[in-house]
Amino acid sequence: MHGLILRAIQCFLRDIWGAAFWQAIMADLRLPSQGFEAMLTYAPDLGTAVLDRAAARLNRSRDSLLEDMGTYLVSHPRRDGVRRLLRFGGPGFVDFLHSLDHLPGRVRLAVPDLVLPALHVAVLGPDRFRLTVGVAGDALATPMAPLLVGLIRAMADDHGALVMIEAEGHDTTQPLSCQGAAIRIDVLDGHHALARDFRLATPA
Amino acid sequence: MTTPPAPPDAMIPASLLARLVPLHVALAADGRVIGLGPTLQRLVRGGAVPVSVPVSVPASVPFADLFTLRRPLDLAALALGGAVEVGLHADPRHLMRGLALPLPGGGLLLVLAFVDVPAAVRDLDLTEGDFGPTDRTVDLLWLVEANAAVSGELRSLNRRLQGAQAMAQEQALTDPLTGLRNRRALEGALADHCAGVEGFALLQLDLDHFKQVNDSLGHAAGDHVLAEVARVLTQETRAGDTLARLGGDEFVVLLSGMADAARAMQVAHRITRRLSRPIPFEGQPCRIGVSGGLILSPPRTFPQPEALLRQADAALYAAKRAGRGQTVAQGWQA
Repeated sequence: MHGLILRAIQCFLRDIWGAAFWQAIMADLRLPSQGFEAMLTYAPDLGTAVLDRAAARLNRSRDSLLEDMGTYLVSHPRRDGVRRLLRFGGPGFVDFLHSLDHLPGRVRLAVPDLVLPALHVAVLGPDRFRLTVGVAGDALATPMAPLLVGLIRAMADDHGALVMIEAEGHDTTQPLSCQGAAIRIDVLDGHHALARDFRLATPA
Repeated sequence: MTTPPAPPDAMIPASLLARLVPLHVALAADGRVIGLGPTLQRLVRGGAVPVSVPVSVPASVPFADLFTLRRPLDLAALALGGAVEVGLHADPRHLMRGLALPLPGGGLLLVLAFVDVPAAVRDLDLTEGDFGPTDRTVDLLWLVEANAAVSGELRSLNRRLQGAQAMAQEQALTDPLTGLRNRRALEGALADHCAGVEGFALLQLDLDHFKQVNDSLGHAAGDHVLAEVARVLTQETRAGDTLARLGGDEFVVLLSGMADAARAMQVAHRITRRLSRPIPFEGQPCRIGVSGGLILSPPRTFPQPEALLRQADAALYAAKRAGRGQTVAQGWQA
C-alpha cells in the first residue's frame, strides 16, 4: 500500500483525535509510533488494519470514519493542499464532479506509483449524477467510496453548492466490469452559498 | 489533376476569438492594434480592470505603445509572421511567446502565452478565464503544485533519514555506560593522528583494584566508578582530546598536538592523583587507583597504530609491575 494513503490516515486520526490516540493504535498493532512515511511502500492490508483499530476504539463503523476522513482531507486547515488541487477541477461544483473522471490519471502524473480506483461520472439527468468507483473486486474501491462521499460533500461546501449525496452500493444490473461502488449526487443548488476563495497562484 | 476547391475564408467574430484566445493581439496592416483578447485588455492597463468589465479596444493604438517587441527585431519582420516574443509596457516582468499569423487582406494576428506561467499567475492574478478552453496551462499549474507537495514530502523524508543516520553513527562510536568514545571510535581517531604530521601522546590507563570494588560492593558500584573516572578524564583533558573506554576498566586518552613529554606526564599525574582518592558510592568508599602507560609520538613520526598501542600496553605493564598508581612514559620506538 502506498505510504501517501497511510500517511493521510495517520494525519487524519492524529489531527482529529490527538497524538495519544494515534500512539495507542500503533501500540495495538505493534507498529512504531512514528507511523508511516508518505514516500515509502507498505504491506497492502495495513490501511484497513489501522482504520479498523481506530473504528473499534471509537466504537464507530469503518465507513463512517472514512466519510469523516474525506471531509477532513478537504476542509481541515492543515490539509489546504488537497483542497487546492481539487479546486483546479474547474470553476463550479459540476466542473469538479466531471474532473473526478480524470483524477486517478492526474494523481499518477504526480505520483506514478499511486494507483487509485477508476472513477466514472455518469450524467443521469439535469443536476443528477452517478459516480462509479472502481470495479467489483477492486480492493481500494470499497474503502474509497465512503471516503469520496465525505470528500465530495466537503467540496460542495467549498464551491457553495447545495447537494444530496448517498452511497448506492453495487449496481448489479451493470456488466461486471462496471460494477463498482456507486454514489448518487443530486445538485439542488449550484450557487447556494458563497464559494470559498480559490486563486490559481499558490498561496505564499 | 484537379485542385480541390479552396475553402471560403472563415471570418471568426471578435467575440469568439476572445473566448478562444484570451491572449491575442490583432494588428492592422499599418501596425496599429485593432483588437485585444480580454486578458490583454486588462493587462495593458496595468491589471486594474477585471476581465468581466467590458473594455473597448484602445482605438488604433500603435503596437509599440503597448508592447515591447523582443523577437523579431522590428514590425517589418513581424509582418512576415512566425515566432514572436513580446513584453508588456504595463508590466515588463512577464514575457509572452507565440506565433504571428499574417491575415488575408493585410494585418496580423498574434497568439500568445506566458513564458513563466506560475510567476505570471501569481503577479497578475490570472484566473481560469484568462486561458483558452484548449489551453492546458491550468493543468500545468496543477502539476507544479502537486509536484511541489511530493518533493516536499521527499525532502522531509530525507531530513529524517539523515538525522537517524547521524544518530546511529554517534551511537556506534559511543560507549553507552560512560558516554566516552568506544574502541571503534578510538581506532579511527588513532589512525587519523598517526597519519598526521603533528605530534601527540597516547596514554593508556588501567584501573587498579577495580575487580575488588565490583566483587565487594556490586556492579552498580563498579558502574558508578567507571562513570566517575570518565568525569575525571573529561575534566583533566582539553575539549579536542579523544577519551575512550575500551571495555572493562581500560581507558585510552589521546592528547592531540602534545609533543612535550613533561606536559603529557603532568596530565597523567593529575589523573592518577585524583583517582587515588576514594570514590563514595551510597555511603561506602570505593578505593581504586590507576596505572598508566604513556607513549609520546613526536611530529612527523607517522607511527603504526597497532605498534603504538602495543608499546603503550608494555609501558602500562611496567607501571603495574613497579607498584601501581603511577605512569611509565616511553618514546615511540620504530
